[in-house]
Amino acid sequence: MNDIAIELKGIDKKFGLVHANKNINMRVRKGTIHGIIGENGAGKSTLMSILYGFYQAGAGDIFVDGRKTVIKDPNAAIAAGIGMVHQHFMLVENFTVLENIMLGAEESQVLNAGITKARDELRRLEQEYELEVDPDAVIEELPVGLQQRVEILKALYRGAEILILDEPTGVLTPAEADHLFRILEQLKSQGKTILLITHKLREIMAVTDEVSVMRRGEMVATRTTAETSVEELAELMVGRHVLLQVDKGPATPGDVLLSVENLSVRDGRGVAMVKNVSFDVRAGEIVGIAGVAGNGQSELLQAISGIRRAVSGKVLLQGEPIHVTGTADPSELRHRGLAHVPEDRQHMGLVLKFDESENSILGYHDDPKYLNGMFLNIDAIRKDATDKIEKYDIRPPNPRLKTANFSGGNQQKIVLAREMERDPAVLVIGQPTRGVDVGAIEFIHKRIIEMRDAGKAVLLVSVELDEIRSLSDRVLVMFDGRIVGERAPDAGEGELGLLMAGVEDSKEAAQ
Amino acid sequence: MEYFDTLIVILQSTVRVSVPLILAALAGLYSERAGIFDIGLEGKMLAAAFAGGAAAAVTGSALIGLCAAILVSVCLGLVHGFASITQRGNQIVSGVAINFIALGATVILGQAWFRQGGRTPQLSGDARFTTVELPFAAEIADIPVLGPIYSDLLSGHFLLTYLAFMLIPFTWWVLYRTRFGLRLRAVGENPGAVDTAGISVTWMRYRAVICCGILCGIAGAYLSMAMTAGFVKGMTAGKGFIALAALIFAKWKPVNVMFACLLFGFLDAMSIRMQGNELPIIGVVPVQFMQALPYLLTVILLAGFIGKAIPPRAGGVPYVKER
Ligand SMILES: Nc1ncnc2c1ncn2[C@@H]1O[C@H](COP(=O)(O)OP(=O)(O)OP(=O)(O)O)[C@@H](O)[C@H]1O
Ligand SMILES: [Mg+2]
Repeated sequence: MNDIAIELKGIDKKFGLVHANKNINMRVRKGTIHGIIGENGAGKSTLMSILYGFYQAGAGDIFVDGRKTVIKDPNAAIAAGIGMVHQHFMLVENFTVLENIMLGAEESQVLNAGITKARDELRRLEQEYELEVDPDAVIEELPVGLQQRVEILKALYRGAEILILDEPTGVLTPAEADHLFRILEQLKSQGKTILLITHKLREIMAVTDEVSVMRRGEMVATRTTAETSVEELAELMVGRHVLLQVDKGPATPGDVLLSVENLSVRDGRGVAMVKNVSFDVRAGEIVGIAGVAGNGQSELLQAISGIRRAVSGKVLLQGEPIHVTGTADPSELRHRGLAHVPEDRQHMGLVLKFDESENSILGYHDDPKYLNGMFLNIDAIRKDATDKIEKYDIRPPNPRLKTANFSGGNQQKIVLAREMERDPAVLVIGQPTRGVDVGAIEFIHKRIIEMRDAGKAVLLVSVELDEIRSLSDRVLVMFDGRIVGERAPDAGEGELGLLMAGVEDSKEAAQ
Repeated sequence: MEYFDTLIVILQSTVRVSVPLILAALAGLYSERAGIFDIGLEGKMLAAAFAGGAAAAVTGSALIGLCAAILVSVCLGLVHGFASITQRGNQIVSGVAINFIALGATVILGQAWFRQGGRTPQLSGDARFTTVELPFAAEIADIPVLGPIYSDLLSGHFLLTYLAFMLIPFTWWVLYRTRFGLRLRAVGENPGAVDTAGISVTWMRYRAVICCGILCGIAGAYLSMAMTAGFVKGMTAGKGFIALAALIFAKWKPVNVMFACLLFGFLDAMSIRMQGNELPIIGVVPVQFMQALPYLLTVILLAGFIGKAIPPRAGGVPYVKER
């Protein structure tokens, strides 16, 4: 019996000028959960995609179960018993669950024969792993948590013995993540091998047996999880000591800069998402809005920043009303001192096809300092972008690079730099560190606190409870479109968790 | 009764002019459902019409003409495939280029080979497709209402006409009931999903443009060897574009394609019929208006008045894994 499921020897990969994987060696023992961590852009997804045959390595060998295996395409990987859940799901959105699972594993030229078999097999998998999902549901109508289940089922359906999961918990609520980990444990107990990429070191500590650390394309260390610590891992990843706990002094709240009164908002389908919400944010304080994703936080942010029209209610910005039920638009609000870092940076914060310098002035392009009469002053824009790159440590430091080629964390820094450097009075931030590595998280948190200490009002929305607790001066909990409670940031996790789940205590209910 | 006869005549010509539309629109459906936009339907059809007319004239065999038409159209399809799949070029540019090449080359070659001002020689006998009578057509013809419907409307068409209409349910079946269809639809929506499922995106898309070429070839052969007896320069006269409009109007669905093509064919038949005739109240309707109607309807549809036409999501975008 060979107990090494996967061995990588000398894997090397270049994308044009980017050296994504440099001579990587790695061993994964059979029947274990093996974590892979590393900063954004360290090359984790690339390495795993090579193992899955999605990319071709420039050099190096792959051994599966001790045998040298040439994986020239995903088909070869599937044949070798490897399955992968990609960071960005690979599902056909307007197909049903069943069609997605069958795709590529149809068994026969005419579908009918395979369909019954697929249904039976699916039912068996569902029962065995508690992975319920309606086989006839259309993917785009399913929440992301369920879409991920479909991806896992896809891999299991093909008989994967080795399962790669690329940042599976980034899109999950804490309860869904727990469920996922239970499934992984179960798979492990059946002798399957799991490779898990995540940015959340807590998850690494909780579920993995071993963990490999990547930095800038290199494999820098492999540790047995039981013999390492979060601090050591963070340091290995970033190459320096990282503060995992944010340092912050007490807040000194001043005037109310942002005031929300009885705001109600509907989503695109006309469903009431924000119901009669009121709160204030003062100068020099960070107000955090905690809640499970989908409880109206997104719509609240969008209404305040002028992207979505509110149904009713009032918003005052520095004492002056914003016409949120009518004409408010983001550009007007920006001029009046409200900066907005949207939750979904790729869709709302950036134009991925533009280069870095263009994105770093997006929305402020009519500022005379970027203009030369009616033309853009490219030199001034590049100079400005270069300054921001330096100040925010955006990598690679090249203002002319296409934004799509930056890693997630660096894209987030581009948006933050753009909005924070305008020196706004009010900063509204959604999910500042989604999919961002620990080094960048530390930096982003520091900048947010600096903004507070400079007397700005900060409204922070995040589904990461840890983040809310460590940054906020006051925590508002949102559930089903309402603010169901206000707590101090040092309130117990359990207490906040219950509020987030909609279990109101009698004191709040009476209010 | 006179109105009824007129109606039958109009419907008969509706069927006649709808056939190339149906074939071309189905051709476009295979290609676009796989994510390759094809504005070159017109050019492929024209080249096929010429190849068919020329080969049939030289060999005297309609079947050889049909094969030549399909061959030429598939070759042009492969050119489009090479440009847009392998070379990841712009699909619109490649399609437009094919249209121009076909428009020019058919005339030049026609003149060089046959010296009849870009025409091919008149086809007759075995060189041309003949119509088929359905059984008992003559016997039933005299029964009122049903008779004319069966004998004049349903019977007496070319074999290719029946083929075109049979291709509708066949395409539906292929698309929704076979492995090929599942993969074809998937590759037009999210090629990444197809790739990671262990299927070659390139090969799938090439197969789609080949299907497209075959159908355009049949459409072209119908034009020069069935509907008329020989190739005339520019004889497609925008049918490829109308077919494209019909495809969009049909929201890329096979059964809708048939109805859209019949509708556009009907408008065409009406416009021929109404030339010079006055309508009560409205007066004379300009032919140009009738000819523009398919496009107008499509624009109205695209503007969102008649439901929503969502093209295949990965349509027009080359599949690039590594930037
Ligand atoms: N398809 C691609 N084409 C070109 N460059 C790429 C491609 N995919 C990744 N890269 C580059 O390769 C490097 C490694 O990227 P990779 O996605 O593997 O990082 P990662 O460790 O998974 O980061 P993250 O935590 O943000 O997911 C990055 O610099 C990235 O910009
Ligand atoms: Mg990644």
